[in-house]
Amino acid sequence: MTTQTLYSLHWLPLGTRGKVARVNAAGNLRRRILEMGVGPGTEIIVNSVAPLGDPIEVTVKGYHLTLRKDEAKAILVEVG
Amino acid sequence: MRIGIIPNNILQDITRQIGTAETKDTHTHDRIVTAIYNNATNIAKAVVKRQSLGTHWDQKIDDVITSRWLGFPIMFLFLGTVLWLTITGANYPSQVLAAGLFWIEERLAELFLAAGVPLWLKGLFVDGMYRALAWVVSVMLPPMAIFFPIFTFFEDLGYLPRIAFNLDRLFHKAGAHGKQALTMAMGFGCNAAGIIATRIIESPRERLIAILTNVFVPCNGRFPTLIVLAGVALGGLATTSYSSLIASAVVAGIVVAGVVITLLTSWLLSKTLLRGIPSLFTLELPPYRKPLIGQILVRSFLDRTVFVLVRAVTIAAPAGLGVWILANTSIAGQSIINILVGWLDPFAALMGLDGFILLAFILGLPANEIVLPILIMGYVSAGSMVELNGLEALKHLLVVEHDWTWLTALCTMLFSLLHFPCGTTLYTIHKEQKSWKWTVLAAVIPFGMACTVCFLVAQGARVFGLV
Repeated sequence: MTTQTLYSLHWLPLGTRGKVARVNAAGNLRRRILEMGVGPGTEIIVNSVAPLGDPIEVTVKGYHLTLRKDEAKAILVEVG
Repeated sequence: MRIGIIPNNILQDITRQIGTAETKDTHTHDRIVTAIYNNATNIAKAVVKRQSLGTHWDQKIDDVITSRWLGFPIMFLFLGTVLWLTITGANYPSQVLAAGLFWIEERLAELFLAAGVPLWLKGLFVDGMYRALAWVVSVMLPPMAIFFPIFTFFEDLGYLPRIAFNLDRLFHKAGAHGKQALTMAMGFGCNAAGIIATRIIESPRERLIAILTNVFVPCNGRFPTLIVLAGVALGGLATTSYSSLIASAVVAGIVVAGVVITLLTSWLLSKTLLRGIPSLFTLELPPYRKPLIGQILVRSFLDRTVFVLVRAVTIAAPAGLGVWILANTSIAGQSIINILVGWLDPFAALMGLDGFILLAFILGLPANEIVLPILIMGYVSAGSMVELNGLEALKHLLVVEHDWTWLTALCTMLFSLLHFPCGTTLYTIHKEQKSWKWTVLAAVIPFGMACTVCFLVAQGARVFGLV
């Protein structure tokens, strides 16, 4: 893997497409994120933000998943 | 793989080895999950054919429904429209049903008299039981038959999880879970079902918050009451062409008030009795599905309308008998109902209600469906009214004969929204939590809320000279 800047998922503007590089969390949160299919290498698209700015909605593995920004913070994405 | 064949001791051994592996290497769980997903992806690639159609407009709809500016207005519009359709549509069928059912009442009365049945027996069965049944059917059936199919339609479409998504921020701030919006949506159907639905909330703390506040969503049994009261007592304020519009806005406002009080109570609970940190919000937004109209009609009619009606009727019949007896048995020249009402009156007046209304809520504990019928029975037995023909007659009964103002109607609606869960819901809460403490609190907290809110509204309106 070439060295590339990783971005936290909650940072990314709408419509960004990327690949999950790392899940920077432990315990329940890590478990839950992985179990929802957001593991390293998974393609992820940021779709929309709720009217009040939180949570966000992403597409992974062909389905729509919602995450709070606090949770999205832990997901590091490789863009481009 | 035949998992059942693996002996227990080997399973335990495997679990132990995974456990030690996890402490050494935190990525064991990751590897297992990744392997499962890779496997699933390969299987899916081999056997699933995807139609590339559809994903696109799904996204477009979501963009509008969850957008910053339109997300909330669309939710209000959705609620308002459903209520408006219900209120406007229910009027005429209600009159027809009432006319038919009360024509039968007269024939029944004639039959009883012709057969030489004692007058008290005729009173018990015709004026007590049959009339309560007729009221329940004519007043509640039409709104339910319109509301439930429309609501089921949107449920099938997949709109409800989007509401949870839109509202999660608020629940999060209140220390509760966004999934609570889903259990609240279930509460529109039935609070007992809403209580069962809270099983989807994993954190026990957030689940309890959802359980204790579920009653603030008006259920099947209370929705028709709210709709009828709004139409009858508040809609009449404006000219007829706007009245149903105003009535729908009022009911929508009541629902929004319920949501606000839910959030407020959740926040208070998470700061006092149920302290803790919010858990995660990972929720799948399902794809939109084309609702199956035939199935919706059958399901909403059989599972909801008929279910509620049967429940209401089976409870209303003995309740009608009971109320008639209370109204026609005298102690020292006063009917029992009037004595009870006299006791409750001063307390009820503080909250903008009257003794009859409060008594109806208390006697209606077994099921919310019978609160309005009991109220009507109480009023009718105390007054001189004989002719009943649907919603118009009800309006006359409340406004002319019992001096209802808009404040009486508003406080009654608020009290109905907040008071205490019905017997079935309390029973369900006890079964789910196995705790008397939480069951009692599930009744006491809403009751306190109802008294406080009604008191403030009634006194506020009086202080500012609005009534």
